[in-house]
Amino acid sequence: MIRTILTVFRKEVVDNVRDRRTLLSALALGPLFGPLLFAFVITLSIERSFSLMDEALVVPVIGRDNAPNLIRYLESQNFELVDGPADYAAAVSAVKAGTLDLALFVPDEFSREFTAATPATVAVISDQANPQADRDARRVRDALAAYDAELVALRLLARGISPSIINPVNIDEIDVSTPSGRSIIMLGMLSYFFLFALLMGGMYLAIDTTAGERERGSLEPLLSLPVTRDALMLGKIAATCLFMALSLMLSLTSFYIALKFIPLEEIGMTPNFGIDTVAFAFAILLPFILLGSAVMTLVASFTKSYKEAQTWLSVVLIAPTLPIVVVSLLTLRPRLEFMFVPSLSQHLLLADMIKNEPVNLTHVTISVLSTLVIGALLTWVCARLYRREGLLG
Amino acid sequence: MIRVDELHKSFGEVRAVQGVSFTAPDGKITGLLGPNGAGKSTTLRILYTVLRPDAGTAHIDDADVVAESLRARQKIGVLPHGAGLYPHLTARENIAYFGRLCGLAPERIDERVDMLINLLEIRDFADRRTRGFSQGQRTKVSLARALVHDPQNIILDEPSNGLDVMATRSLREMILKLRSAGRCVLFSSHVMQEVAALCDDIVIIAKGQVAIDDSSDGIRSRTGCDDLEDAFVRAIAMVDPG
Repeated sequence: MIRTILTVFRKEVVDNVRDRRTLLSALALGPLFGPLLFAFVITLSIERSFSLMDEALVVPVIGRDNAPNLIRYLESQNFELVDGPADYAAAVSAVKAGTLDLALFVPDEFSREFTAATPATVAVISDQANPQADRDARRVRDALAAYDAELVALRLLARGISPSIINPVNIDEIDVSTPSGRSIIMLGMLSYFFLFALLMGGMYLAIDTTAGERERGSLEPLLSLPVTRDALMLGKIAATCLFMALSLMLSLTSFYIALKFIPLEEIGMTPNFGIDTVAFAFAILLPFILLGSAVMTLVASFTKSYKEAQTWLSVVLIAPTLPIVVVSLLTLRPRLEFMFVPSLSQHLLLADMIKNEPVNLTHVTISVLSTLVIGALLTWVCARLYRREGLLG
Repeated sequence: MIRVDELHKSFGEVRAVQGVSFTAPDGKITGLLGPNGAGKSTTLRILYTVLRPDAGTAHIDDADVVAESLRARQKIGVLPHGAGLYPHLTARENIAYFGRLCGLAPERIDERVDMLINLLEIRDFADRRTRGFSQGQRTKVSLARALVHDPQNIILDEPSNGLDVMATRSLREMILKLRSAGRCVLFSSHVMQEVAALCDDIVIIAKGQVAIDDSSDGIRSRTGCDDLEDAFVRAIAMVDPG
């Protein structure tokens, strides 16, 4: 039995190492694509938000002569004020059409209202559905609010009143988050990338066990040999597991390297993702490979052809996200019972590790054992199904 | 020796095999002849244990195909209909893989593979990956693979399908060699001439039943037809419809 399993395992490994499609999905697409995309997107967004903060923001103004002091103030606050459209209506339609991101409108009655000490109105025109314009508009609003506060203080002082009288409550915000803790905002879905890469690595092997062998016509000769079907199935699952493990290891390594190039520190995030975390992540995700191989082999065994198997297995690729998404939406904290749910337990443990929080050993034990037990059960189901006559199709 | 006794097998409503019995002795070539859909493949699939009969028994030498399927498989070499190879492995590796699965010792595998490569004239393409092999090359490798553990009984399901004249000829020579080595060869075909040229015994199957089981001369005299093709048609007509 052991000898047969090893023979099948060795042959499957050689066979798939020579198969470019398997190699590409196991060792290139899954492990490299995710981290690279991730690194690219994050780096881009970080750099954008930084360079924009430092640059002067160009703001078209209508009626700049109505409020010379305000204009001077804004210019001192790193805004570059240019002449905008002719009137209010032209400005609104220009923003609507997208030719302008935003515009500042100072009505003619501004200086009269201002002198009369009644609230003088200015308008910030922007399209809030456009995130970029909304961010710029907020910058203008913040500057205007600061100007407003400054004037309030001056007017009160002029009447001999301390400005603190209008500030009865002072709000102190104390943020206890650590740079590692904040990094989970960016790295929350990381565990899914790893699970995805892991499953991708074994997908073609899992298909080959049933649909592939059948379509090629090699299943019947194989089944007519003096070996048990259990041994054939186990050998194939073992090979699928090896490819999944390889794919997982590569994706962890490539992410470890990619993270060195993402300037997360600049936005106050320092994920705990050193070599020891990589090793820990590998250890807690490793039990998932048996489960992954069994699920994929199981699903593929019900399909009639290679193509059909591919379709169904791409659904399986997404399946591990479901518990992760539910928990992320409800922002649930790790709990003992969550550790019985594969993919969810790995996600929560990995998140704790990245946040540099102490990892609960009981949780780790339950996660590993429950994932292994479910994987073993599904493998058993696979073996039962492999004994069916219907397997021949 | 292969003994088949009153086999029955249905797939849902379709009664594929309804009481087939025959014996294929050692040192003889037995042909299973019948039109498409007569139940030939189903019978053979029961013999190499990938299907279970609903009723009846079959033995490979002394091993029952249902109760001792593993032992029965040890005693047969099988070339299923449309057998496929592993495209990323060379011809030699394909054959050796089956040798290992049959439990042959490593040095015995090399010896057997070399022997079969010579015997079946595979040498020229033995170390090439089998992707893109012609039908003839594939059949030769599949046959070598089926014979790697030196089985006493050989089952071939429509082996000459898709082969050209030269390939058919060398397949025929191979089957004759197996007979002179005292093996039991059972093969199916829907081509009368091929069966007549090769077989010592012919079992004609139609509608899942044995129409006639005799030598080619016997069949001619029992159907009263000199021409084997006419005999074949008459024999099929003898089967009770339903």
